[in-house]
Amino acid sequence: MVRRPSSRARIAQWALLAALAAVAWRLGGNVADNLDARHMTFSFGFLSDRANFDIPFRIVDWKVGDTYSRALLVCTLNTLLVSALGVVAATLIGLLVGVMRLSDNWLVRNVALAYIEVVRNTPQLVQVAFWYIGVLQAMPPLRQSIALPGGALLNIRGLYLPTLHFAPWAAPVAWGAAAAVLVTPLVWRLRWRGRPLGAKALVLPALALAAVIASVAQVERPALRGFNIAGGLQIPPELVALWAGLSMYSSAFIAEIVRAAILAVPKGQREAALSLGLRPGQILAKVVLPQALRIMVPPLTSQYLNLIKSSSLGAAIAYPELFSIFAGTVLNQTGRELETILILMAIFLTISLSTSAFMNWYNRRVALVTR
Amino acid sequence: MSTESEASKITPAAPGWDFPGSRAGLGAAVAWTRRNLFSSPFNTVLTVLVGLFLAWALPAMFRWAVLNATVTGATRAACGGEGACWTFIQVRLPLFFVGRYPPDERWRVLAALVALIGFCIPVLREGHVRHRGIWFALLFTACPAIVGVLLLGGVFGLPYVDTSLWGGLMIDVVVSFVTVAGAIPLGILLALGRRSQLSVIRGLSIAYIELWRGVPLLTVLFMSAVIVPLLMPNGVTADRLLRAMIAMVLFNAAYMAEVVRGGLQGVPEGQEEAAATLGLRWWQMQALVVLPQALRIVLPGIVNTVVDLFKDVTLITIIGLSDLLGVVNQALKDPAWLGMAREGYAFAAFVFFVCCYLMSSYSRRLERRLNRGHAH
Repeated sequence: MVRRPSSRARIAQWALLAALAAVAWRLGGNVADNLDARHMTFSFGFLSDRANFDIPFRIVDWKVGDTYSRALLVCTLNTLLVSALGVVAATLIGLLVGVMRLSDNWLVRNVALAYIEVVRNTPQLVQVAFWYIGVLQAMPPLRQSIALPGGALLNIRGLYLPTLHFAPWAAPVAWGAAAAVLVTPLVWRLRWRGRPLGAKALVLPALALAAVIASVAQVERPALRGFNIAGGLQIPPELVALWAGLSMYSSAFIAEIVRAAILAVPKGQREAALSLGLRPGQILAKVVLPQALRIMVPPLTSQYLNLIKSSSLGAAIAYPELFSIFAGTVLNQTGRELETILILMAIFLTISLSTSAFMNWYNRRVALVTR
Repeated sequence: MSTESEASKITPAAPGWDFPGSRAGLGAAVAWTRRNLFSSPFNTVLTVLVGLFLAWALPAMFRWAVLNATVTGATRAACGGEGACWTFIQVRLPLFFVGRYPPDERWRVLAALVALIGFCIPVLREGHVRHRGIWFALLFTACPAIVGVLLLGGVFGLPYVDTSLWGGLMIDVVVSFVTVAGAIPLGILLALGRRSQLSVIRGLSIAYIELWRGVPLLTVLFMSAVIVPLLMPNGVTADRLLRAMIAMVLFNAAYMAEVVRGGLQGVPEGQEEAAATLGLRWWQMQALVVLPQALRIVLPGIVNTVVDLFKDVTLITIIGLSDLLGVVNQALKDPAWLGMAREGYAFAAFVFFVCCYLMSSYSRRLERRLNRGHAH
C-alpha cells in the first residue's frame, strides 16, 4: 500500500481521470454503434448543403436555398440582436426601478417593490408566453391597427415603425457624425487656457445629431394600403414578445443589484455631497451612481449572461434565433443531432465567454485604483 | 423648544416600518402622507403620476379578474361578458395539478407531498433542531425513495403509474426536488474539487462548472432528449422524464457548486488548520468542520438557486413534457375553449408566484437572521 498522502492523492486523481476516459471511450463507442445503425457518419459537411426553409425574420439577406452555414450566420445575428436589445432595455428599466425602490416616496417605492416581486417570482417562459400569446396575438387585425405616437402602428402582425429615407449626400454626413461622436470624449478632456473643456464638448454630438436630422429627406410612415401595410419597418411580434420577456425578467434582478450597490455606497459620501450643496439629482448622478457602478459590474455581468442564454426561449414562440432554427428546423431536415448540438453549444459558449471577457475588462477599467 | 422637536414628539419617527394606519389619528395620517408622498414638488409630481397610472390600471384589472369574472359552470357558454373566464381553470383544476394521473390514485400524490413537506420542515425550521444533519441526509435519501414509491407504484400493492401520465404542477415539484437532491451533493463535490490542490481534479471541476454555466439550459435539456439516446448502448432506453431530470441535475450542479464555493470561502482558514492539528483526515475535516459552517452561510443562496431552478423546470415544455405550463399550453389549444390565453397564463403565473414567493421570502428571512448573527 502507498502510505504517503501526497502520492496517494496523486494516484487517486489519475485513477479518476482514467475512469472518466474509460467512460468517455465507452460512450463514444455507443455513439459510433448507434450512428452505424442509422447509416450516418459524424461530419459537419452538411453546413455547405442547401437549406430549403425560410427564415421569416433576419437582418442580413437570406433566401430559400442558401447554405446551412449562411443560416447559422443569420440565426446567430438574430440571437445577438435580441440579446443586445434586451441588455440595453433591461439595464435602463433595472436602473429606473432600482432607484425607484430607494425613493423616499412611499408609493413609488412600493410600486417598484411589487414589480420586482411579481417579475422575479414567475417563470420567464410564462412571461414570454404571456407577452406573445396573451398580449401580442390578442392585438387587433391590420384594419384596426392601434396608432402609437410618432406614426408607429401596432397590430397582430407586429410593430410597424416609421422608416427614414436619407438624402443622397447623407453617407459622408453619417461618417462625419460618427467621427464627431467618437472624438467627443477626447475633446472633453482637452484643455483651453488651462481648464478642461468638459461639457462644452457636447456641442459636437449635438451638431452631429442636427446634421443627421437635416439629411433625412423623407419620413415614411407605415400606412394601411389595401390588405397590407405599406412602408415602415416591420418588427415581428415574436421579436417584440421575446424582447419584452427577456428585458422585463432581467430588469427585476438588475433593479435589486442596483439597489444593493447604491446602499453599499458609504453614507458619508452622500452627506458630504449634500453639505457641498449638491441637489439630490446631482448627488445621484455625480456621486452615488459612479461609485455604485463599480460594485454593480460583476453581478451585472452574470445577469447579462443569463439574458443572452435565455434568448433561446425564442424557441417557444418561434422567433428564428439559433436554438429554434438549429435544434428545430435544421435538425428535422438533416437529422444531425450531435453536430447541431455541438454547434449550438460552441456558439453559446463563445458568446458567453466573450461577454464575460469584455465585462471583466470593463470591470478592471472602472475598478478603484488603490494606492 | 423648536416646533420640529414638538412635532417629533407627537409623531415619533418609527424606525424602518411605517405604514398608514400603524399610528392612530387623522393628524398622524396627514403627517405620514406629507412625509412619504408630498415631501417635495418632485415627489408630489411622482405621486400624482404613479397614482394616476394605478387608478387607470388597477380598477380595470380588478373588474376583469374579480367583478366581471365567471367561476361557475362547466362549458364555455357559462362565460359571458368581458370578465375573466375562471371556469376554464376550474374545470381543469386536477389536470393542472396532477396531469392525467388516474383519479383513483390521486391520494398518492397528496401523500407524497405530505412526506416531502414533512422531511423539509426539520431541515428548514429556524432555531435549534436536534440532528439537523441527519434530517438533511434523510431528505436526500429516504424522502426520494418514499416519494418515488408512492408516485410510481408497482410495489406494495400500489398499481404502477407510468410517468407519461404525470403532468401539471406535480411534475414541476418532482423534477425540482430530484434536481435539488442530486445537484446539492454533486455541487458540493464540485465546489470542493474546485478548491482542491490536486491539479487534475481542480481542472476537471473548473471545466465542468464553466461549461455548464456557459450554455443555455435549453441546449442541455435538448441534449437529454436527443443526444442521450445516442449515448446509450443499442436497445437500452431511458424514460424521457428521467432523462430531463438528469439534465437538470447536471446543469444545476454547476450553479450549486458556485454557491457552495462562496460559502467555503467564507469559512476562516483557521478552522481547517485547527482540524488538521487535531489529526482529522481531509474528508473528515470537510464533512465535520468546513461544510457544516459553509452550508449554513450559503443556505439563503441555495434556496435562491432552488427558486430559480423551480422556475426553469417550465422549460421542459419545450422538449415536449407537460408540466403546469405545458398543460396550460395544451388546454389553450382546445377548440372548445379558444381565447383563454390570459386566464391560462395568469393562473400559471399565480401558482408559480405563490410557490416562489414563499421560498424567496423564507430565504430573505434567513439572510436577515444570518446578518444579525454576524453583526454581533
